[in-house]
Amino acid sequence: MLSDLYIPGDSPVHRARPLVKILALVVFCTGVFLVDHWAGIALAALLVAAGFALAGLHPRHGFAALRPALWILAAIFAVQLWLTGPALAAFVILRFALLILAASLVTLTTTAGEFVAGIEAGLKPAPDWVPKARIALAISLSLRFIPLVRSVLDEVREAQRARGLERNLTALLVPLVVRTLKQADETAEAIQARSFD
Amino acid sequence: MDIRDTVFIALFAAIMAALAVFPPITLPVIGVPITAQSLGVMLAGGVLGAWRGALAIVLFLALVAIGLPLLPGGRGGFAVFMGPTAGFLLGWILSAFVIGWLTERFWHSLNFPVALMICLGGGVVVLYAIGVPWIAMVARISPLTALTGSLSFIPGDIVKSVVAAGVIVTVRRSYPIITR
Repeated sequence: MLSDLYIPGDSPVHRARPLVKILALVVFCTGVFLVDHWAGIALAALLVAAGFALAGLHPRHGFAALRPALWILAAIFAVQLWLTGPALAAFVILRFALLILAASLVTLTTTAGEFVAGIEAGLKPAPDWVPKARIALAISLSLRFIPLVRSVLDEVREAQRARGLERNLTALLVPLVVRTLKQADETAEAIQARSFD
Repeated sequence: MDIRDTVFIALFAAIMAALAVFPPITLPVIGVPITAQSLGVMLAGGVLGAWRGALAIVLFLALVAIGLPLLPGGRGGFAVFMGPTAGFLLGWILSAFVIGWLTERFWHSLNFPVALMICLGGGVVVLYAIGVPWIAMVARISPLTALTGSLSFIPGDIVKSVVAAGVIVTVRRSYPIITR
């Protein structure tokens, strides 16, 4: 089943509303890019450290968030070091690390369910031309479809392995797409039969 | 917009998510993993058409942003949109749109070579036209350096375009969505 990247907790960061956290993140990121100076980086680092401490997160959570980007950050560092020298190289890498850490702070303290509820609440005052019900339906349908697509993929893979075709991507994807499109059509008919509109 | 459109958009967002579990190959040189996921972008455009395809990618990226680990290697959350390669993720939206628009445009004469050109144009040229300047801008390197660093992914993307073109043409014959 689906699991998100949430780390359970009961800190003020965990309890803050998702919309507030997202807005804070946007302000933070814009600020880090606008204040193009070491003092800004130092202040941002302080803020991120304070956020992690307040949320009761361990530094290893922060490292886990940085790990996927490590290779490319190292590559950029090498190029910057060669082109412009150590100071700017360190500056660029630090700024990336801080942006990634700040964003993961939001993700680690908010469940996907809270985000979906936040999106729905945020859409309520939206004007009528925004298809609110459709957006909510699309999100919940896609969450339902993910395990379905995975199980169809497993079945197709099994069947093609029996034919010796498990390494053939086309032989996997065509049945996957056609079968799930048919199921999607049936789902659409079922929703229409219940007069969703 | 028909209810079927909403369901198809949700389906292709889910297919994108499922393609993340195809075993990825990470090249040690620069670290952008080669996965089947960008194949999903080409399929979304080529099977659903411009608007539905692009919206499927928007929905998928929204699911990633709210913290579901749907990118290869279980990555997810806002952090991935802060990294240097975020341009490639956002570029997927335009990529799917362009592939979808061209597929609709050439629907009646669509065969494998045409579909392949569409996938290469929308899935490689358009994608790199957004992703490469993005890396250059946020990492403060010259666009040429960023392009050189990304060149190692082009062979993988060409292979994916070939596979996607084959799938798009076959699905068009057996279960067409665009003209119905």
